[in-house]
Amino acid sequence: MIQLVSFYIFASIVIASAAMVIFARNPVHSVLWLIVAFFNAAGLMVLIGAEFIAMLLVIVYVGAVAVLFLFVVMMLDIDFAELRAGFVKNVPLGLLLAIVLVAELVLGIGAYQAGAVKLGTPEVGVATVSATVPNIEAIGALLYSKYVFLFETAGLILLVAMVGAIVLTHRRSHGTRGQNISSQVQRRPQDATRNVNQPVGQGIEL
Amino acid sequence: MELNASLSLVRPEVILSFSALGLLLLAAWREQAGRLISILAIVALGAAAAFVISFMMNGTNLSAFDGLLVNDSFGNFSKILIFIAAAISLMIAPRFLENAGAMRAEYPVLILLSCVGMGVMVSATDLISLYIGLELQSLSAYVLASFVRSDGRSAEAGLKYFVLGALASGMLLFGASLVYGFAGSTSFAAIGAAMDAEVGLGLIFGIVFILSGLAFKISAAPFHMWTPDVYEGAPTPVTAFFASAPKVAAIALTIRIVLEAFGSQILVWQQIIIAVALMSIIIGAVGAIGQQNLKRLMAYSSINNVGFILIGLATGTEQGISAMLVYLVIYVAMTLGSFICLMQLKDKDGGYREEFADIAGLSKTRPPLAAALAIFMFSLAGFPPLFGFWGKLVVFNAAVAAGLLPLAVIGITASVIGAFYYLKVVKVMYFDDAADVIVDSDDKVLVWTGGLLAAANSPLGYFAIPALGLWTAYAARALF
Repeated sequence: MIQLVSFYIFASIVIASAAMVIFARNPVHSVLWLIVAFFNAAGLMVLIGAEFIAMLLVIVYVGAVAVLFLFVVMMLDIDFAELRAGFVKNVPLGLLLAIVLVAELVLGIGAYQAGAVKLGTPEVGVATVSATVPNIEAIGALLYSKYVFLFETAGLILLVAMVGAIVLTHRRSHGTRGQNISSQVQRRPQDATRNVNQPVGQGIEL
Repeated sequence: MELNASLSLVRPEVILSFSALGLLLLAAWREQAGRLISILAIVALGAAAAFVISFMMNGTNLSAFDGLLVNDSFGNFSKILIFIAAAISLMIAPRFLENAGAMRAEYPVLILLSCVGMGVMVSATDLISLYIGLELQSLSAYVLASFVRSDGRSAEAGLKYFVLGALASGMLLFGASLVYGFAGSTSFAAIGAAMDAEVGLGLIFGIVFILSGLAFKISAAPFHMWTPDVYEGAPTPVTAFFASAPKVAAIALTIRIVLEAFGSQILVWQQIIIAVALMSIIIGAVGAIGQQNLKRLMAYSSINNVGFILIGLATGTEQGISAMLVYLVIYVAMTLGSFICLMQLKDKDGGYREEFADIAGLSKTRPPLAAALAIFMFSLAGFPPLFGFWGKLVVFNAAVAAGLLPLAVIGITASVIGAFYYLKVVKVMYFDDAADVIVDSDDKVLVWTGGLLAAANSPLGYFAIPALGLWTAYAARALF
């Protein structure tokens, strides 16, 4: 019973917040509604026992992707009123795309009901996991035993991405001054200020 | 313990990873130590190569990490070739990059990390290790292509390479997912076993996508479009690296996946390989004719050579693979040598020249350089007294032995067309009026490595044939 209730709560919030993503007038609000949708989708994943995917949704989509969206929306100066102005002009194209997508959905469901595609039989021990082991544990056990070398190599790939980003964008600029704590602390008033007896009627010399 | 045994089999990669990390730390404190770090990186490559040679001598043939990687003589042979090519690209780079104001310590570090990726590529026996190795190599290559970021062409080359490379990775992954779905496993051995039983349409689609992705990485037609632009735009030492080490790795990877995973169904993949080989040979030969830029010319030459190498794979025989490896060794020597010669084309102001007009009459002003370049061009064209001829001979020999006579005939015809533009370089150097823009090179490293490679490509190279034949046959045997 409690599962059913929570399912309906999560599912209805997902749909409602997804609708709000589209209808919110302020793009920042759209992104915030998107985060609500992601959180509730993660709740749905927990309900079907896929807690690893739930965690990925929260960490990757909320933690990284949504924040990235937020950055882009806030940093780019997009005139949303102007974007909306073209709405009527683009309606036919949008409708056409929607029809294509609906047709594909119908086709897909029809093909699915006609019987599954004959796939290969999965390897024993990799794709088959016993139901009693939580799936985070199962993935971790595989990742840190059989795939440990590749896991570390994937870490090297991320390192290359980081080194690359720094190599291609880091510039040693000469105009800026970095902090030098000891010299800043040692600086005394007489080094930085001087008393001037300014004569009347003359310009000040800086 | 299992993990320790596996780790001892990937010792070369582990050494290279740790030296790359250490050198990166060194670079963080000593920013101007680009040369020192290059030398240390060459030492690390030497240490890794020493382990590879010891594996090769012991005839190791063991799989590591539960079948994800294998340490066999085929992989080890490719690794030696890759490490040598990478070491040469490290040696020739410092002076060039210093002139361009871009000699930073990250260059050797990225080359080392790329070598780790290539080591994983050539020993991969699983789709996952294949992809991870490939991506480590490619990602380093994208950064290297735009390493001289003050040069607009270099930045453009990096961006172009990155976007198209990502597309190719996507195709490869899509193919891999199809193959996994229809074969039920990512391991090459299990895919091979599943293909023995039945080859459905889904599996064939998967194979086509995987081979398309790999054809991009080895710049074989019809996936060659990026090559001329990237080769022209990237800094010349980086171009020399692209044309040698990563190409060896990607070709070795293609050989292994085709033979170990799809090998049982030769009819499925043979026609793809034949089509790709023929297209590369013809496009490489015809496309080069109108080029004015020597680096673009070398890009088409590399497309053309990849086509000849793939003829060996199309045979699917042990003789064919061994011939491919012979060709690869000679190709690496030829192409590195040609790029080293191109790097010596400097004018009075220290700028690098790379157009046809600049080398006019080079034989009168700089005879040794012109002679070396002529040797490489004749060798690339496959003229009989030079070593390049031997590579083409063994490949065509294998093709004829496997009953692919028409393929060999078309290949030989196209190589005659290709000879036109190689000869054009020689003609411009020896028979045109001297343009007199190129001055003597002050970089002794380039002069010496260029000279040594020219000697290796001259008929002197024939002394290496017995050893080369023995080692390549030994390497090829590991796959059958």
